[in-house]
Amino acid sequence: MRPLSASVKGIGLLGPGLDDWLSGASVLAGTTPYTARATVLPTPVALPAAERRRTGIVVKLALAIGFEAAARAGVNPAELPTVFSSSGGDGINCHEICQTLATGDRQLSPTRFHNSVHNAASGYWSIAAGATPASSVLCAFDATFSAALLEALTQVVVDQTSVMLVAYDSGYPEPLHSVRPIPEAFGVAMVLAPVSGPPTPAAAIISAALTDAPAESMPDARLEVLRAEIPAARGLPLLAKLARRESGRVVIDYLEAQRIAIKVSACG
Amino acid sequence: MTPLVLTHFTATSCIGRGLRETLGTLHERRTGLAPCKFETVELDTYVGEVAGIDAEPLPDRLANFNCRNNRLAHLGLRQDAFLEAVDESARRWGRRRIGVFLGTSTSGILETELAYRRRDPGTGALPPDFDYRRTHNSFSVADFALALLGLEGPAVVVSSACSSSAKVFGSARRMIEAGLIDAALVGGVDSLCLTTLYGFNSLQLVSHLPCRPFDVARDGISIGEAAAFALLEKVPDSLDPDAVMLLGIGESSDAYHMSSPHPEGRGAQAAMLQALDTAGLQAKDIDYINLHGTGTPSNDNAEARAVAGVLGSEVPGSSTKGATGHALGAAGALEAVICGLALQHGFMPAGLNTTVVDPTLGVNYLLENRRGNIARVMSNSFGFGGSNCTLILGRAG
Repeated sequence: MRPLSASVKGIGLLGPGLDDWLSGASVLAGTTPYTARATVLPTPVALPAAERRRTGIVVKLALAIGFEAAARAGVNPAELPTVFSSSGGDGINCHEICQTLATGDRQLSPTRFHNSVHNAASGYWSIAAGATPASSVLCAFDATFSAALLEALTQVVVDQTSVMLVAYDSGYPEPLHSVRPIPEAFGVAMVLAPVSGPPTPAAAIISAALTDAPAESMPDARLEVLRAEIPAARGLPLLAKLARRESGRVVIDYLEAQRIAIKVSACG
Repeated sequence: MTPLVLTHFTATSCIGRGLRETLGTLHERRTGLAPCKFETVELDTYVGEVAGIDAEPLPDRLANFNCRNNRLAHLGLRQDAFLEAVDESARRWGRRRIGVFLGTSTSGILETELAYRRRDPGTGALPPDFDYRRTHNSFSVADFALALLGLEGPAVVVSSACSSSAKVFGSARRMIEAGLIDAALVGGVDSLCLTTLYGFNSLQLVSHLPCRPFDVARDGISIGEAAAFALLEKVPDSLDPDAVMLLGIGESSDAYHMSSPHPEGRGAQAAMLQALDTAGLQAKDIDYINLHGTGTPSNDNAEARAVAGVLGSEVPGSSTKGATGHALGAAGALEAVICGLALQHGFMPAGLNTTVVDPTLGVNYLLENRRGNIARVMSNSFGFGGSNCTLILGRAG
């Protein structure tokens, strides 16, 4: 088996009390105390006005973290293949459709319908970034983050390409919220590049393998709630290690049968 | 790319349960489309409904997964001794060395649509028997397959609308090549639901007649449903000449519009060129193309331009959606299986329902079944959000 290794070139982060990677990393590293507050979603200015009006929470979230990661990596987002992943997509849009279909008048709005596809954020991203390379759009319920990380790493290793990983989740309104209680919008994006590529500055080199070991939790109780309750936040222990610029091993959650062990080698 | 072999494959759609029925119906040029009588839907359209799904209960131990999509998956997995083939592969490689990669666009959303009619009148709560994880969530079909088959390898659902179950071949290929797994269960399952029927209707993309891909009078899609699967493995030392191989795959994004293809088929063309490139083949090496061919004016127009640009106007092609309807997230896998049958039986299926091929499209569109020696075929799958995927399959010998 080839080592599933990649350079982490840039990270984008947005969540409750986590406004971007720079300030979020300071919280994850334990330098700044965590302050819980609602996720602040920026307007997706890169989209044409007509498209911008049609976007919901997950599209705003995915675009914001994607562009942040690309900017921090110093790469042109138009040139990167992407891996988009979410455990549930746009929950509000889904609720509105189910609500309409349960009434006598079942006429859906065309925008609601095209926003209902799981790859809506990927589609809007490709338009906003002018990105024509491949986009994989994935779901694995609570295992979604790690499934997407594996997909991104296999692209880096097998196809020898840089790739943009974008993982995001937001909550459902009631009545779906009660059966799938995701508390807040959270997303993380990473630009991953082949280790053998040109020696540009990288935050770290990560190397992943499947393991039977249990997933690690977050020492801060409030960050642990985010990790446990939002599938896209299952990678927080990895992000914390990257934020502390620490080398070492970290195990993150995946499927019931297996987890993912990641060796982190901090650079510089 | 390193070629892979489809050691087993199967498909269930409105034209048949399993390969024998599917091939027979294609030979007889019968469409599976019929006027829509699905659930309480009141739309003047044709659908490709798989008969008898509701009479196919899941095993008791998996009753929590009960929804139309998983019942269809279960029905599909039991055809052509496919379960036995996965079991044998699991014994050979190990349960953790087989990945599961399935495509779906709407998974078990029908179950949620029905549950919204049964909300508690006081609290608005969903009924207590509603199981979000095992029916609604996009991953539910892969979760079901893992539980049914007892597999423990990496698993994921690809959900990029109508390219989903073509793109699973790409994800599986990368994971096999990286050495994380030795074999992969790939496929697609999508089932009729109100979201897609009323949704495509809202976009005025649904035909009132059985869809007529590439016809001069084409006016929209007919929605279908299907479960199609393949077992993808590394190529062994010796292969039956009839074995079907995955030779190439191309994936791209239009970066143009959420629900309309790029008018010149820019992304489609990029996917087709990349598929040829990864297979190390040229346009002249392709003997047949199974078109995406949904039957909407703009989709077929964009695809025709891409095909003309990459393959020219000679390569015979057809869309089998006139027979099966558009199985959305299952279309890629269903049509890959039909391509497998074409390769093994030297048979190019006619495009059904089409009577006058649009002369402006410049594609050699087959209105009659054709026999011939077919060594390599191309299959296109394009979806909402501008997601494109092209597969190239070939005979081993």
